[in-house]
Amino acid sequence: MNFEWIQIPYALWTLLIITVYALFIMAIMQKIGARVGGRYGIPVYQNYIDLVKNFALRSHITHGIMFYLGPVFRLTGGLGLILFVPTIYGSVMHQNFHYSGDLILALYFIFFGTLGMALGAGESGHPHAAIGVSRGLAQVTAAELPLALAVFSISLQYQTLNITEIVAAQQGSIFNWTLFTNPLAVLAAMFGFVGTMMRAPFDVFLAPQEIPTGPPTEYHSAYLALMQTNRVVFPVAKTIIYMNLFFGGATNWGAFALKVFALYFVSVLIGVVMPRFRVEQSIRFFLKWGLPVGILAILAV
Amino acid sequence: MKDMDKSFKKDTETEFPLREELRPHQVTAPDGQVIEVDPLQDYFCQEPPKVHRKSYVRIVEDFYNWARAHSLWILGFGTGCGAIEMRPLMTPRFDAYRYGIQWRATPRQANLMVISGYLSVKTLKRAIRAYEQMPSPKYVVGLGSCTINGGMYWDSYNTIKRLDDYLPVDLYIAGCMPRPEALLAGFMDLKKLIRKGQGEGANKYAENFDWYKENQKAVIKDWDMPDYNW
Repeated sequence: MNFEWIQIPYALWTLLIITVYALFIMAIMQKIGARVGGRYGIPVYQNYIDLVKNFALRSHITHGIMFYLGPVFRLTGGLGLILFVPTIYGSVMHQNFHYSGDLILALYFIFFGTLGMALGAGESGHPHAAIGVSRGLAQVTAAELPLALAVFSISLQYQTLNITEIVAAQQGSIFNWTLFTNPLAVLAAMFGFVGTMMRAPFDVFLAPQEIPTGPPTEYHSAYLALMQTNRVVFPVAKTIIYMNLFFGGATNWGAFALKVFALYFVSVLIGVVMPRFRVEQSIRFFLKWGLPVGILAILAV
Repeated sequence: MKDMDKSFKKDTETEFPLREELRPHQVTAPDGQVIEVDPLQDYFCQEPPKVHRKSYVRIVEDFYNWARAHSLWILGFGTGCGAIEMRPLMTPRFDAYRYGIQWRATPRQANLMVISGYLSVKTLKRAIRAYEQMPSPKYVVGLGSCTINGGMYWDSYNTIKRLDDYLPVDLYIAGCMPRPEALLAGFMDLKKLIRKGQGEGANKYAENFDWYKENQKAVIKDWDMPDYNW
């Protein structure tokens, strides 16, 4: 890992672009969902206003230190994920920080926010939050299993834990993508993808229509604004990882926007078609269908 | 007009025993430690609401008010028959999401409380608790004539007549029932009020806190909660 100070402003600039893009794409996805339901949907700029509004609220109450730190940890998970993954491959400005083991760190960051959130929401003392946390953790853990197996599979395939090297190995032709060289791993990872995107049918633990909003029940004003930011940034961050690991990465912002949109759209498409699963149903789904594919992916390498 | 006629008067003779779960009791922790719990003291914040000042810089406050106006989050809490008029607003026919109006499931994330129709004394208690848990600045819209003067329930023994005596109302939408179009028009008017900086109901509530509490306690018979429900 070679570090230069100029990388910090570069990384912040990348974060800003991704956040703005993520707020926009989230609104687009919400609009798509609304159109499927026959509605017109929110304006594309609505998420920006909601964010400003939540920061503008005047009362902030706290339930303790962990209640403060919960949204911070959550956002750290999303931002950390971006910071240690090359956003634009080969770009000097948007390459971000990377070192030889960053794939393991990325896996950790995917789970980090969820754990921080669990501690924060737990301290709020609200029973809905506690129930939402236990359901959410159970489901996310089950959904991460196929992803972890797929990651092992491709790290065996490419003989590296460095995301940049994995992206580099996929350059040249579309048939160099992991999608074509190791389709089983991609399939297993897609189970984890739809399972952790916080969208239907796997969002029963935080859907407002179920046990009211789950973990964020007690969160409001600036805390909620932080979590909203993460809610839009984290799925995009995860999509970037998938793009890098399985779909050849992106060499410019155009390819980035296109690939992230297409990948994000997979989970939205499944979400608007399928009704929500209960938690035990989705856990069973991941263990029954996701896990065997993941094991096959490892055996097949 | 006051809800203080003979039939409505609070029964001060009868003792209303505190609910079982709200009485002081002992809890034994898993490690054997015995903890004394007084729910009314321990489960709620005792601090009265305070007046939140506006931003010092005019243009910042205007910007905030603009954002507040265009992002109204309604608490999904229906009190009377008017709640049925809010459903078409969420669905394709009227689709209020177009105007930045969304519904939230928890009072902590809501800014706007729509008292949809008549409010029985029992529901008033819940409405007060939900209102006090909402973050400031918060707005109350009274929907239907029941919230203005009692409407067709004006001589009912169990519904309040003037919502404004119990919660600071920003806007009334008159009618029995007002149609969803009227609601949309009302929300647009509320947006104008907020942008003008007149949506200061939460501060009004904090300033006149004693008066509101007096009115609330005059009708709620079993007041088994602290004065302020944070």
